[in-house]
Amino acid sequence: MSDLNTAMTERYRNSFLMEVEANVEEGEWVKMCMQCGVCAGSCPLGNAWEHTPQKLFMMIRAGKREAVLSSDAMWMCTSCYNCIARCPRGLPITHIMHGLAHYAKRLGLVPKNQPTQQFSQIFWDNLMKKGRVNELKLGLSMYFKDGFGQGIKNAMANKQLGQNMMKAKRMNAMEFFGGHGIKDTSGLQKMIKKAQEIEDAKYQGNS
Amino acid sequence: MSDEKKFAGYICTGCGIGERLDSSQLEMIATREGKMQSCKQHEMLCSSEGVQLIRDDISNEGATHIMIAACSRRAKVEAFNFTEVAMTRANLREGVIWVRPDEPEHQETTQEMADDYIRMACAELRSMKMPKASGEQTLNKTILVVGGGITGMSAAIESAAAGYPVHIVEKQGALGGQAADYSKAIPTRSPYKEPRDTGVAEMIASIEANDLITVHLNSTVARTAGAPGRFSVDIATESGTVNTETFGAIIQATGFKLYDPSNLPQYGYSKSPDIVTNAELEKLVKDANGGPIKRPSDGKEVKAVAFVQNVGQSSTEEGQLPYHSGIGDLIAIKQAMYFKDQNSDCDTTILFNNLRTPGAAGEDFYRAGQEKMITFSKGNVSEVVPGDSLEVKFQDLILDEETSMQADLVVLDVGMIPNSGPDPYAVPMVIDEEDEAAEDTPPPPSVSVDSILNLDYRQGTDLPHLKNGFTDSHFICFPYETRRTGIYAAGPLRRPMDMRQAQDDAAGAAMKAIQAAENAGKGMAAHPRAGDLSFPSFRMDGCTQCKRCTVECPFGAINEDEKGYPMFNESRCRRCGTCMGACPVRVISFENYSVETVNQQIKNVDVPEEFDEKPRILVLACENDAYPALDQAGMNGVEINPWARVIPVRCLGSVSLSWITDSLNSGYDGIVLMGCAKGDDYQCHFVRGSAMAHERMGKVGDTLSSLNLEPERVVVYEVAITDIERAPKLINDMAETVEKIGLSPFKF
Amino acid sequence: MAKKEVSYYPGCSSQTGASSSNMMRATQTMCDELDIQLNEIPDWNCCGASIGYGGGGELPRLTLSARNIALSEQHNPGQEIIATCAACWLSTREAKERLHEDANMFRDANTALNEINLKLNNQTPVRHMVEVLVEDIGFEAIKAKVKKPLEGLKIASYVGCQTNRPFGIAEESFENPVYLDHIIESVGADSIPTYEKKVQCCGGALAFSEPEKSQEMIHGIIEAAYDHGADLIATPCPLCQANVEIYQDQINARFGSKFNMPVVYYSQLMSVAFGRNSKDSALDGQIIRAKSLEDIAGK
Repeated sequence: MSDLNTAMTERYRNSFLMEVEANVEEGEWVKMCMQCGVCAGSCPLGNAWEHTPQKLFMMIRAGKREAVLSSDAMWMCTSCYNCIARCPRGLPITHIMHGLAHYAKRLGLVPKNQPTQQFSQIFWDNLMKKGRVNELKLGLSMYFKDGFGQGIKNAMANKQLGQNMMKAKRMNAMEFFGGHGIKDTSGLQKMIKKAQEIEDAKYQGNS
Repeated sequence: MSDEKKFAGYICTGCGIGERLDSSQLEMIATREGKMQSCKQHEMLCSSEGVQLIRDDISNEGATHIMIAACSRRAKVEAFNFTEVAMTRANLREGVIWVRPDEPEHQETTQEMADDYIRMACAELRSMKMPKASGEQTLNKTILVVGGGITGMSAAIESAAAGYPVHIVEKQGALGGQAADYSKAIPTRSPYKEPRDTGVAEMIASIEANDLITVHLNSTVARTAGAPGRFSVDIATESGTVNTETFGAIIQATGFKLYDPSNLPQYGYSKSPDIVTNAELEKLVKDANGGPIKRPSDGKEVKAVAFVQNVGQSSTEEGQLPYHSGIGDLIAIKQAMYFKDQNSDCDTTILFNNLRTPGAAGEDFYRAGQEKMITFSKGNVSEVVPGDSLEVKFQDLILDEETSMQADLVVLDVGMIPNSGPDPYAVPMVIDEEDEAAEDTPPPPSVSVDSILNLDYRQGTDLPHLKNGFTDSHFICFPYETRRTGIYAAGPLRRPMDMRQAQDDAAGAAMKAIQAAENAGKGMAAHPRAGDLSFPSFRMDGCTQCKRCTVECPFGAINEDEKGYPMFNESRCRRCGTCMGACPVRVISFENYSVETVNQQIKNVDVPEEFDEKPRILVLACENDAYPALDQAGMNGVEINPWARVIPVRCLGSVSLSWITDSLNSGYDGIVLMGCAKGDDYQCHFVRGSAMAHERMGKVGDTLSSLNLEPERVVVYEVAITDIERAPKLINDMAETVEKIGLSPFKF
Repeated sequence: MAKKEVSYYPGCSSQTGASSSNMMRATQTMCDELDIQLNEIPDWNCCGASIGYGGGGELPRLTLSARNIALSEQHNPGQEIIATCAACWLSTREAKERLHEDANMFRDANTALNEINLKLNNQTPVRHMVEVLVEDIGFEAIKAKVKKPLEGLKIASYVGCQTNRPFGIAEESFENPVYLDHIIESVGADSIPTYEKKVQCCGGALAFSEPEKSQEMIHGIIEAAYDHGADLIATPCPLCQANVEIYQDQINARFGSKFNMPVVYYSQLMSVAFGRNSKDSALDGQIIRAKSLEDIAGK
């Protein structure tokens, strides 16, 4: 258990809902769910979820903290925004899913090797490096996330795809060396660091 | 007015009638066959000039009976409004030219239709009398309100505001009813976020300050006799004194009782004082007086409360309510707010299956509850286990698991049971009401059997019920009307409702009561024939004391004297004619609507000989729904078979079997009867008329077989006002049937 | 002077040698024809897309977009920010709206921007290129520009998710937006009004992390286009385009299908219809060649 997780457990011993309200992006909307299930029926990957958004909201109210935060359900979100468009109560469900996922990540409760979680982190690290996403490195990092051997296998499986992309000039092997980026990389990093500090302070205040 | 009758006919040639029909032939029929002493044509009879033509004949020529051949009797009623004469109308527009194709090959049959409608109208007119009030009535503006709760108080305040004196009879020692115990009420104004003040104290104060309102506390109604305009009511006090007062109309607002959850052991209601009903919670909150809400057992402050919704409601189990009260979930939200507003850390959980938050406030109030962190859990409660901490076991229907929660206090959402008197028709008076379906629904728990109104009526002491103890009314069109004219039901007596709805209901009932008192004073009918002056008269020398009229009158208008002869109370009558249809010896008639007026129409239709191959189909159509549906069909250009001759009737219940036998005997080939829907979801404007007719027509088979005629020749249908395509089709179907089985052999 | 000047936010995938560099080229061609001048936001950064949430929290992600808006306000003052990538548009517009509604968040974002001496006023509209076409240019004006109508081509309009939800284009229905059908018809081709996968999700970023689940959805999108007799699929979204086009081999292997359905951008359709050649219309950027379009462009 991470320190933050311990602290949060202590602080919100009686109400996971309160914890979600205070710490999860758009979490104050969870209590407004009226359990109609339209989100569950609208989700393109609804059948792949261990718990639909409707259920996650009910579990939060029922205080099922561990089950919610260690679920891989919210990592199934494709960000299609169908649930937001259809929710009769106007809950920003997509954002709540992202928020729950991020919070679980911060607390270190995400299931091991959850692929979307890994990709999400790789993506963020990738863009942080030069301010813009390097698609080649992004793809390769994803292939090699489970080690070198698996990486070669993955790369081979997608070899044709890569060649097609290069032929169409929509992938450039030279991106491996440097590649696109913004001019003020250090500025951007400084800015994000500051934003991160502000956000961390907020968690500290809440914990 | 002298007794001399003078008949005048008028034929309008406007709206295409003149182009489609031979109007001089119609005029000739009216004078020669129809015996109109004069007959005039006008190219637009409903114009001021046309109307003046008629008026002049009435005032200068002394016309007493007028026949207007133009559009439907439902059209241009304001133009053709001649209250001082007897009047009939032949429907040449909607009834003939608009339902027949404008082609040469149809000209002959279309003209024959019109000819017949002229003959029928003239014949009807000759047997009609000019209706006038009996003079039985007096105007009594005082309204009696039975019940001093929210509904009764509102009805009294509304009536008094309109200038009518009111007496309130209240059984308890104070006004206010159940709402007097409530802490707050469901909000009625935007933004619908907070419970509102009940307003009971203000209402009581305004009643006490109102000179027009007299309040009888600790009192009951010992006897109600008479009729609208002359109700005589004995008001008995607890101490035994009785005052007799007279009233123009009565509003019954006796409210509701709550279902007793001790019948349901799983909720543990009788095992722990900390398991309470929603009404009992109101008292707890009121006792707390703004401080912490304490539980009854040990006075400990409630830190966790569970609301168990839908207890003993919407159930198919015996001894429970087969319906839902509708407002229990709003009440739970309101009551959960009592706890949250007092202490936001109090855990409040509402365990529901289907959350119902009806009304304008509903959804917003629900949201407001969510904003206050009330937990809404979709679950079915299986058991409440008593103890220091109560355990509520439930099936979580979202998470699909058996689970439980702990609470200091459990509130049971129990349903509303109407506080009505015994149903006069508790034992079904008539057979067959399609009651087979009803067997699946268990009877509701028995309600009070004490009479409330103690009516001195032939047909029982109290207002008839529809089902589950709720008062019978024509739910859609005339919600406050009951089956006892001049007595109106309001509030949860009619259906479960909240305080605001009860207040609206009371205002509606007050308006109807005022109208009833006023109309009674003028000798006019109440709804739906409001303003009608005709009323049934009994030719007593022909009466066989069979009592069918006194039993079958849907409104209990007819009492019996000691010898069993009918005693008629004109202002209780709705003028439907169900008594007329019931009478086997045809001694009951209205001045302008009788066995004879219809019989004459039937007889004066020209029935061609068999070899002409022109059948005749008699259509008796209820004037409330079926006849307007046929008019509407005409407006839409839907075709009706040219053999049909339609006669509007006040209600299918007024149809005399003699009309059927006489028309079969005179060579009609088919008969179609069209009335309103019957049964639990009836649409009949006279409640039982259509059902009665169906019942009586069940016996027509004997007549048919005795005449050696096929049973298909007489059909009875339920027709709605919206059956614009179907109603003509039913007539056209009969034409096909006749073609199939052949013409009647009874043509002479 | 150009009829319209906009502050352009191309996004990472539009860069040279990146996955939607072809879209960039066709967009440029289309805008030349419509006399729209694209002024790129200097030194713009990645928007964080919708998948950045695992690593980046709420404020860091909003700050990324805040920097782009602030740069635009500083260097392209008075010009609307226009994006062609669905995720870029969504992230930027969302950031603008959230920072507008939440004063604390706005303050915090500016505190972070202050580190690099930038200041967000947040007064700039953030729009999608399609909104410019539909609302500012209009279908009639597009029609008037057509030199080589795409006659006889049957095109499935695949709008996808993020160009459509949660903001939508021109207040159209989320369930059945029709602007893309109108564009298709404006350039002389036939749209398929009953194409039922118009707003179906392609999996988005999960095409990488959950390929099986995503490819099942993509399979449905292509299959429905075939069922309606489509020659092409057209889309406004770079990730939709890539996901639906580049995995067709893998999908064929997985589902035993024989898909070979070209997937193009609306801007490519317009470039060809406006009479530009294959190269300007970026048809060489197709992995599955759009032969029918090449034929028209070559005429």
